[in-house]
Amino acid sequence: MAESRDQHARERPHGLGLAVAITSIALLCLLVLAPLAIVLVEGFADGVGTFVEAVTDEATVSALVLTLTVVAIVVPFHTVFGIAAAWLLTRQDFRGKALLGTLIDLPFTVSPVVSGLLFVLLFGARGWLGPWLRDHEIRIVYAVPGVVLATLFVTLPFVVRELVPTMEAIGRDEEEAAASLGAGGWQILWRITLPRVRWALFYGCVLCGARAAGEFGAVSVVSGHVRGETNTLPLHVEILWGEYHTAAAFSVATMLAASGLVTLVLRSFLERRVRASKRAASAAADASAAVALGEDTPMKGALS
Amino acid sequence: MSLEAVSVRKTFGKHKALDDVSVKIAGGELVALLGPSGGGKTTLLRVLAGLESPDAGVVRIRGEEVTRNGPHARGVGFVFQHYALFREMTVFENVAFGLRVKPRGTRPDEAAIQKRVHELLGLVQLEGLSGRHPDQLSGGQRQRVALARALAVEPKILLLDEPFGALDAKVRKELRSWLRRLHDELHVTTILVTHDQEEAFEIADRVLVIHEGRIHQDGTPEVLLTTPASPFVADFVSESAIVHGTLDDEGAIVLDEASRGSLGASKGARVALKKVHVAGAVPRGATHTSSLD
Repeated sequence: MAESRDQHARERPHGLGLAVAITSIALLCLLVLAPLAIVLVEGFADGVGTFVEAVTDEATVSALVLTLTVVAIVVPFHTVFGIAAAWLLTRQDFRGKALLGTLIDLPFTVSPVVSGLLFVLLFGARGWLGPWLRDHEIRIVYAVPGVVLATLFVTLPFVVRELVPTMEAIGRDEEEAAASLGAGGWQILWRITLPRVRWALFYGCVLCGARAAGEFGAVSVVSGHVRGETNTLPLHVEILWGEYHTAAAFSVATMLAASGLVTLVLRSFLERRVRASKRAASAAADASAAVALGEDTPMKGALS
Repeated sequence: MSLEAVSVRKTFGKHKALDDVSVKIAGGELVALLGPSGGGKTTLLRVLAGLESPDAGVVRIRGEEVTRNGPHARGVGFVFQHYALFREMTVFENVAFGLRVKPRGTRPDEAAIQKRVHELLGLVQLEGLSGRHPDQLSGGQRQRVALARALAVEPKILLLDEPFGALDAKVRKELRSWLRRLHDELHVTTILVTHDQEEAFEIADRVLVIHEGRIHQDGTPEVLLTTPASPFVADFVSESAIVHGTLDDEGAIVLDEASRGSLGASKGARVALKKVHVAGAVPRGATHTSSLD
């Protein structure tokens, strides 16, 4: 089926197909490529000097460092969490499994600004835990921990949602075989499961990292925009823009755009890998099923 | 090593896969679990291996209860219907896997692993293929890798789930007699799941007929053929269709209504009988069919 669809896609478009193709390409140019080009053009509008000045500015560097710090915390956390959650969702049966799946998807459906507000309501000075935190001199909102927490929340589904379909596709056979050969849970995870899902896992991490670096809404609410302290790159771009440093804003934005492009390239490469490994898994299953169907059934004499 | 299941029950949703099943297998035996698909034989095998935990009942290995032990703690080799070879690993690494995951104290060193794996590959006649990946092997070769992999950890019990089901008829026949010879050589207690009575009768010392989650009969191939315990066994095991009827004074068989089906009256009828061993065990005790060996 997948093959026939591919063939369809390769047919030369004509008539309605051509119109749809032109429209979508035009929209793509207008909505994606044009803004990207403008970012680059405007970033270098006042010359390379301004660009270099903007990206080496102390506030920019500290925003970059904070963004990278957040990514460095969020991605490993979600790698571990994602493997654990995907294992629960695909390899275990328990009450509330559907609820867990829904909860993991929650950040996709809730507006990031609302997510940010949740943390303010929880940890803010007048929030539920505010007084207790103040007594113990712990700062979460309007500080780095708040930024990290908000980013963790909005990037929660990425790794899990990549792993679950792949782990479902590969099935449990090899894991059961390993267990029957004496392997314990960790050995099965390291030697059997992770090698099979590595591309899906890596892909999930790339998406998670890209979102962590680019998150604006949730972080904007909890960060408090303290320059040099709680400012991430996207927030910094917004501040520069708001202060009419247009060229500087675009210069910093090129850094985000560049990371987006890298993600895009990685994504197209990884997507192919993930799809290939999933297809291999289902092809193997199909092949053995087909052979099984062709086998003899026990001979029975028949009345004639 | 002996293996025993007592009053095992297992349900999946509303489906009773195993309904109060008890089996006892002595050390060194080769037993076949025979029955139509969906009858519960694979579930029983998985319960014995620890891959499925029963809702009720007890599993014992050499008299010791192992019901709550996971598969890694039972010392039971399992060969899966679709082989379940590790596709990311070479044939060599597949066979070596069970040795490599042993706890540090009992793990053989690299030289010993090399030696053992090559021994096993020799045993299953795959010497030259140790560097291949599973997707570069034929069905029969994969099957033999799966066997070698299971044998590597020297299990005292070997469980085979439809081991030849996915192979073509010729390869299946070869592997069948090869497996029988292997068993005679190694004396590993072996349980084999199959829906093919020919296969069960050819290899096994003893056959358990399983249907709808219950054991219908437990006996040697001879016993199953000559004295089937239920109409189901007679029908499934023998190669003939069973017809019910009575003999009239002139020696003609008059079919019961059920056996007659939609057949109307006619002057002559031909009945084809194939290799009937069945004698007696005819429901309602009307007459008996004779043996036409």
